Amino acid sequence: MKRILIVDDEPNIVMSLEYTFKKNNFEVFIARDGQEALDILKDQLPDIIILDVMMPMVDGYSTLEQIKKDERLDNCKVVFLSAKNKEKDIEKGLSLGANLYITKPFSVKKLVEKVHELIN
Amino acid sequence: MSSLGLLLILAIYVVMLFYIAHWSEKRSHSKWTNNPYIYSFSLAVYCTAWTYYGSIGLAAKSGLDYLPIYLGPIIIIPTWIIILKRIIRISRVNKITSIADFISLRYGNSRSLGALVTLISIFGIVPYIALQLKAISDTFHIVSKTEASSNIFTDNTTYICIALALFASYYGNKYVDASEKRRGIVTAIAIESILKLVFFLIIGVYVTYFVFDGFDDIYTKAAVLENFDQKNSVGNLTNGLNWFFLCLISMFAIFILPRQFHTAIVENNQEKHIRTAIWLLPLYLLLFNIFVFPIAWGGNILFGTQGLNSDTYSLLIPQHFNNNCLTVLVFLGGFSAAISMIIVSSITLATMLSNNLLIPYGFIGSLENTSQEKNTKKIVLSRKIGIFSLIILAYIIYRVFILDYTLVSIGLVSFVIIAQLAPAFFGGLFWRRGSKKGAMTGIILGFLICFYTLLIPYAIGSTKSTSTFIQEGPWGIALLKPFQLFGLDYLDPIPQAVFWSLLVNLLSYLAVSVSFSGNYRERNYAEMFVDIDKYITNHENAYVWKGTANISDIEKILERFLGIERTKRALTIFNLKYNIDKDNKIADARFIKFAENLLTGHIGTASAKIVIASVAKEDKISLPEVLRILEESKENIVINKKLTESSNELKKISEQLQIANQELINKDIQKDEFLDTVTHELRTPITAIRAATEILHDDEDIPADVRQKFLQNIINESDRLNRLIDKILDLEKFETGKQKIYLSKNNISRTINNTLESLQQLILNKKISIEFEKKSNEIKAFYDEERIVQVLHNLFSNAIKFCSEINGKVGVEINEGQDFIAVSIHNNGKGIKPDDLEAIFDKFYQSRNQNIKKPIGSGLGLAICKKIIEHHKGKIWAESSNNNGTTITFTLPNYNTSEK
Repeated sequence: MKRILIVDDEPNIVMSLEYTFKKNNFEVFIARDGQEALDILKDQLPDIIILDVMMPMVDGYSTLEQIKKDERLDNCKVVFLSAKNKEKDIEKGLSLGANLYITKPFSVKKLVEKVHELIN
Repeated sequence: MSSLGLLLILAIYVVMLFYIAHWSEKRSHSKWTNNPYIYSFSLAVYCTAWTYYGSIGLAAKSGLDYLPIYLGPIIIIPTWIIILKRIIRISRVNKITSIADFISLRYGNSRSLGALVTLISIFGIVPYIALQLKAISDTFHIVSKTEASSNIFTDNTTYICIALALFASYYGNKYVDASEKRRGIVTAIAIESILKLVFFLIIGVYVTYFVFDGFDDIYTKAAVLENFDQKNSVGNLTNGLNWFFLCLISMFAIFILPRQFHTAIVENNQEKHIRTAIWLLPLYLLLFNIFVFPIAWGGNILFGTQGLNSDTYSLLIPQHFNNNCLTVLVFLGGFSAAISMIIVSSITLATMLSNNLLIPYGFIGSLENTSQEKNTKKIVLSRKIGIFSLIILAYIIYRVFILDYTLVSIGLVSFVIIAQLAPAFFGGLFWRRGSKKGAMTGIILGFLICFYTLLIPYAIGSTKSTSTFIQEGPWGIALLKPFQLFGLDYLDPIPQAVFWSLLVNLLSYLAVSVSFSGNYRERNYAEMFVDIDKYITNHENAYVWKGTANISDIEKILERFLGIERTKRALTIFNLKYNIDKDNKIADARFIKFAENLLTGHIGTASAKIVIASVAKEDKISLPEVLRILEESKENIVINKKLTESSNELKKISEQLQIANQELINKDIQKDEFLDTVTHELRTPITAIRAATEILHDDEDIPADVRQKFLQNIINESDRLNRLIDKILDLEKFETGKQKIYLSKNNISRTINNTLESLQQLILNKKISIEFEKKSNEIKAFYDEERIVQVLHNLFSNAIKFCSEINGKVGVEINEGQDFIAVSIHNNGKGIKPDDLEAIFDKFYQSRNQNIKKPIGSGLGLAICKKIIEHHKGKIWAESSNNNGTTITFTLPNYNTSEK
């Protein structure tokens, strides 16, 4: 069973993602901002992380920076999922080491396909 | 006091003044010597021994007649702000060093006119210097209780006079360039002016309050003396006319007296110093006159008919009461008054004598062919000898002619003679047609009348006498009686002389000037003098000259007077000023004028012209051509001025444009940021809706309760989207000014209660207690109720939202001020960081600041609140402390004030 961490501060979006990935046999962890995500990552080693950019306290970019410092998470894939859809935002996300940058609004079906592609 | 003791005190006093002069000469640029007060006090060189002693004598003998000499200047001084400024500008650009230079330059660099003015000045001023020497001598004998000796060589005052002459000639002429400022002398003169005033006030207070019992006491005692009333009132038309003419000549004197011209114009460092002088000098004159009357009549009361010289009452009174110390102080004050006049007058007269008489008529030829050192030595020496001989001449005149005259009468004769320069002087300043021939005719005729009506009678010592010349006129012709010329028999001798001399002088000046127009050079200078403000910056442009001259020839001449170094420097400055190539070999009009100016300070205007003309071959120009050239140069100056103005304007506009551009760029950045945030905020609910919908669409076996939840989410997010759009549009309306505010009189407590009622459910849910504090239920203000409800709703929602989870409290407070009412809404939540207190009112502040936990909301609420309050002309702000939660306060104009 693959493990996924969903990090987003919008509860309604999280709800859809949670439902979908559970249905696709993922073990799902949920964090409402970067700090919460980093706390969870102390105990858990997910296969993939879905990361929002604009979040209170610690944003997506700095969360990724922290993740990249952690050797345990070297094999963990990261997908940005953000409403920020400008060239420079996407470039920044990818240059920090994310595997994918998907812009909101997004197709749930396609997201699941991409996630599968990444972890298999 | 013994003569020797007194001489010793005098010596110490003079050494002190010498030291002051020496000290300030070294610090000629410090603020101690170069300031408006030193300038103003140096102008008080107007008050000489005549004022110090003579006024008292006159007041004792004939009452109020001493006043017009001070009223004249006081009346005319306010016009300095215009007239004196012009004279200073003219003199500065032309390097004028004396009244003779001024008049001679105005009438076409006229050598003869400069010489004439010099002669008139010497005629007028040397007796005036004699007057000062007489005062020193008389008072010296009184204080030392000696008798004036009829043998010049055994009289102490002879030696005082020689010492003074040596001092003045040594110190008065250090510079060959007479237009150099002499800060040392000027500072010493200013100090002396202060001292003479202080000493005079001391003796005044002493007489009034110590010898007598105040002004009233003196008046009561004096009023019983003979003729008191008659002496102290301006009785009839004749008296009035006498006063008028005395005022008139003293008005002229304050401009034209060589020493006044020197201190006010040649020694003026900054034009703005005039502004201080125009109030300080009149004040000085008024102060000087306060105690004249009490001292004079105090003396009359004390000494009555003893036949003492009333000029010296200020010394006789303290001496009468054996107050030696005070007697010496008064003597020193009088000495100061006398020597400052002697020094300044002799310096200026000597400069005039050398620059306008000796050099142009005498040794100009020899100057052209010798070295610079020799020339400088020769010029300086001639001036030194000039100063010395003028003072000695004055002493001789005193011993021979005026031993027995009062101080005032001699002074007035001087004034009348000097006043003869007034028509040419003021005419030259304001009237373009005034010509050299007119000026010369006027001055000569006016002087001849003075000579006949004043100098001859005074010289033969018969002012009051019964001589037949006075009583019956020469050869018995009654019309020629000197004191009643042409039958004018109701004026005093001096006003009568003023009337006839100035009348004839003025009329002939006007008539001759109109009948014979001057040459082109006169017309050229007339233009420059009358329109000085137009030419002030590039005055060389206004000089008209045509001919051929080599710069190298002129340079050689300049070197002979200025030395090689200074000549080089001056030429560099000239080339820079007019942007001229330094290899240029041919001199133009500007260069000729520039060269003349450089020499003027050394040898006077007339000689400067002669010297330069010796190497520059000038072509004759016709008068119409001069006028045409002047007109052109005037236009050039105007065009230049306009060009500078419009280029300045362009600069200003481009600066404004830059600022506007920067503002636009900033606005653009702000707009971009705003759009960014708006799209982000809009996409978020759309994302949620899209995801939920997709799941509902694709997933057929979704459980019923989950389906329900997703549908509810879609509804909520759609509402959120709608709210967001509403608020953005709201904000946009306020920002573009489309939103109208409908003001009406409302009760603020009621509005608050209504708002709270609509939030009742929320309050109950979060178990929050509301505390509403108000002074009265009847506080009213002008506002748009719907909008203020919107504000209150927002603030209360926020307050509730951010309240402490347990025991949440929200407080409301209304305060009424003078001009406004203030509503404060407080919660006991976590508080806001000080840095963020202002920022929370920015658009989308929440989403841009990651440090705050993102609550539900658009991020536009407070921004809209702020706009609404600002549209009501109120203010909104937040205060917060960590333990005490947050208070947001807004103000609205009070009903009472906004009603107006």
